[in-house]
Amino acid sequence: MLRLEKLVKTYKTGDQALKAVDLEIPEGQVLALIGPSGAGKSTLIRCINRLVEPTSGKVYLGDTELTHLSTGALRRERRRMGMIFQEYALVERLTVMENVLSGRLGYVGFWRSFLRKYPQKDVDEAFRLLDRVGLVHMADKRADELSGGQRQRVGICRALIQNPDVLLVDEPTASLDPKTSRQIMRLICELCRERGLAAIINIHDVALAQMFVQRVIGLRAGAIEFDGPPDALTPDVLTTIYGEEDWEATIEKVEDEDEIEAAE
Amino acid sequence: MPVADANGQKIWQRRSGRESLAHWLMWLIGVAVFAYCWQQISEATTWFFVQDAPRIAGDIWSRATPPKWEYITQLGKPIWDTLNIATLGTLIALVLAVPVAFLAARNTTPSRFLIRPIALLIIVSTRSINSLIWALLLIAIIGPGVFAGVIAIAIRSIGFCAKLLYEAIEEIDEGQVEAITATGASRWQVMAYGIVPQILPAFAGIAVFRWDINIRESTVLGLVGAGGIGLQLSSSLNVLAWPQVSLILIVILVAVVISEWVSAKVRGAII
Amino acid sequence: MSTHRELDDVLGKGWRKPHFIKRAWLRYTLILGFFAYLVAAFLTIEVNWSRVYEGLERGKQFILAFTSPDFATRSGDIWTGMMESIVMTVAASVVGIAISIPIALGAARNVAPLPVYMICRAIIAVSRALQEIIVAILLVAIFGFGPLAGFLTLSFATIGFLSKLLAEDIESMDRVQAEAIRASGARWMQWINYGVQPQVMPRLIGLSMYRIDINFRESAILGLVGAGGIGATLNTSFDRYEYDTAAAILLLIIGIVMALEYLSGIIRARVQ
Repeated sequence: MLRLEKLVKTYKTGDQALKAVDLEIPEGQVLALIGPSGAGKSTLIRCINRLVEPTSGKVYLGDTELTHLSTGALRRERRRMGMIFQEYALVERLTVMENVLSGRLGYVGFWRSFLRKYPQKDVDEAFRLLDRVGLVHMADKRADELSGGQRQRVGICRALIQNPDVLLVDEPTASLDPKTSRQIMRLICELCRERGLAAIINIHDVALAQMFVQRVIGLRAGAIEFDGPPDALTPDVLTTIYGEEDWEATIEKVEDEDEIEAAE
Repeated sequence: MPVADANGQKIWQRRSGRESLAHWLMWLIGVAVFAYCWQQISEATTWFFVQDAPRIAGDIWSRATPPKWEYITQLGKPIWDTLNIATLGTLIALVLAVPVAFLAARNTTPSRFLIRPIALLIIVSTRSINSLIWALLLIAIIGPGVFAGVIAIAIRSIGFCAKLLYEAIEEIDEGQVEAITATGASRWQVMAYGIVPQILPAFAGIAVFRWDINIRESTVLGLVGAGGIGLQLSSSLNVLAWPQVSLILIVILVAVVISEWVSAKVRGAII
Repeated sequence: MSTHRELDDVLGKGWRKPHFIKRAWLRYTLILGFFAYLVAAFLTIEVNWSRVYEGLERGKQFILAFTSPDFATRSGDIWTGMMESIVMTVAASVVGIAISIPIALGAARNVAPLPVYMICRAIIAVSRALQEIIVAILLVAIFGFGPLAGFLTLSFATIGFLSKLLAEDIESMDRVQAEAIRASGARWMQWINYGVQPQVMPRLIGLSMYRIDINFRESAILGLVGAGGIGATLNTSFDRYEYDTAAAILLLIIGIVMALEYLSGIIRARVQ
């Protein structure tokens, strides 16, 4: 589905954010990308849809190689990749509905989008998605009136209305409280399962990642240090990714939370 | 070192010896420059007239009061012209300022080294020159009248509006722009969805603010022949019709107060 | 399941962005009124298009004049005019700023008693309501032609501008710092010097620089009404259609304004 080959990103300052990353994600797989701040998680995700231009290497989405595409062709491929952001990145002064519909921008012409005359099927789909995340009654509210969790749900709708093949998710829970974080993670993973989407989720809450995903990638200083199922994350592995620390508590906490979950 | 050692005692001073010297030197130069400027002004002044000033002021005051109220019937058209100069001038300026601002803002300019300096040059040159000078120039080119006034106000306002607007564009949240880009939107769609909604309140604020200033400026454009109530002011001054002058000044003051009130109201409604 | 009913209600129906002004009649009245005004305004502007067309040639000449500005022919006039403008700017800024500071203190409600506050606010209001050029006309009538009238005009305008903004800054300062100084038993002057001055100094310097910039730009037009400065020379050169001289003067003004902006940028960066 998505394949990265020797992806390198060197910033102008000389910092090497990614050092020849190789990665392959099969269809429908949800993958968590963990690692300390500055490990290159965010850069990796942004290099895939070229919000950040990779220095060298290749990115294949299906059979299409992305790094050499012209602007127009890149726009068409970006439609196949939905993105969800850390600070929601909703256009705050537009309404919820406009924000969701903005996911269709790659499909409609400029004047149509400018006059807000979206095809009826897009509008219906937007309402269906808003209903799925429980926000249909908020459609005409301005985005800055919403709470953090609600905003992130709108962000999810915006990504899904693109009808993507893959989701790029950048720290979806970083600005949310623990309970909302879990709800959002669960929602993303459920939706991926329903629609058979592959997803890369950047996350620094290791416990949360372990709860929801099928595969975990550990990134450290721009290189992949770990690739395996969530239960293979041992204290030793976490030490190689993050450095020395008492990891027992983190892993135990997962089990505790699972029990609470079961009790609920 | 503000703390000095003298005979084993620590003495605290606000500034060290050299700093304090430099400080005093700066003050000295400042005072000398001011003294020189004052002397220049003084040389160009006939002090005999200045001694006479209180008497002249009293004389003007007694001639100017009471204002010639019935003259107000002739001021309707000039006031309408003044309003038009300010409003149309502001509208034209806004239309022209928007593209200049987008070309000047670091995050939207197509070329940092070629186009941005040109846009900045337009901004600084239209801004540095007072609307009265623009009016003088336009009168020399296209003849006196309201039209010259509208264009003068428009040109003067481009730089002002574009400067404030491009600063607003540079302060937008890039995350929202990035999110719209990631959906596969085109360049123009990114602008319409990612950037424009963020700067719209600033834009409205700037428009009203500048309109308020332009009302003030257009009241005096007539002094050089560019239409509006300033024309009446100028002709009344020429024939020393002081009661008319005082009435016109009152009308201008009222117009300024009203425009300030309107602009404050509108800004309050937007934000 | 109320949400589902909600969904069924909206499916298949069009969606329109809610309007900024929700009341339809008000919205259409505003739009119609605006266009009616525009039409009325355009109709009452008399434009002599043949005159404008003739003017295009002169406009072209003027723009071309910028490529070959003539500093030499009237260098004497330009030099005296510019010096007079600068002299007026410097003197008026110094005097204006010096007078503004006590008035700003008086116009700050947290420093001054009520009667003083009222008087100072009244001075500010008068100074702000009167335009520079109108003040200049009156002062020229009273004091005669020359830079003295211009100097007084600029000083007067500086007071209104600077006192108002400075007073607002004093009113929004940190109370705790000022209270701490007062608690140490300081006199009023000491309190101002130690508690207030350090807090408002950066803003005072920034505003002063900005006002010097404005004063210079204004000084260029005071000559039009006989209050000294470069304006008179500029006016003459326009009257005689000497565009190359006019271009030279305008370039000098732009250059000095840019230099002042650059300088004030450096100074503001240093004090903050």
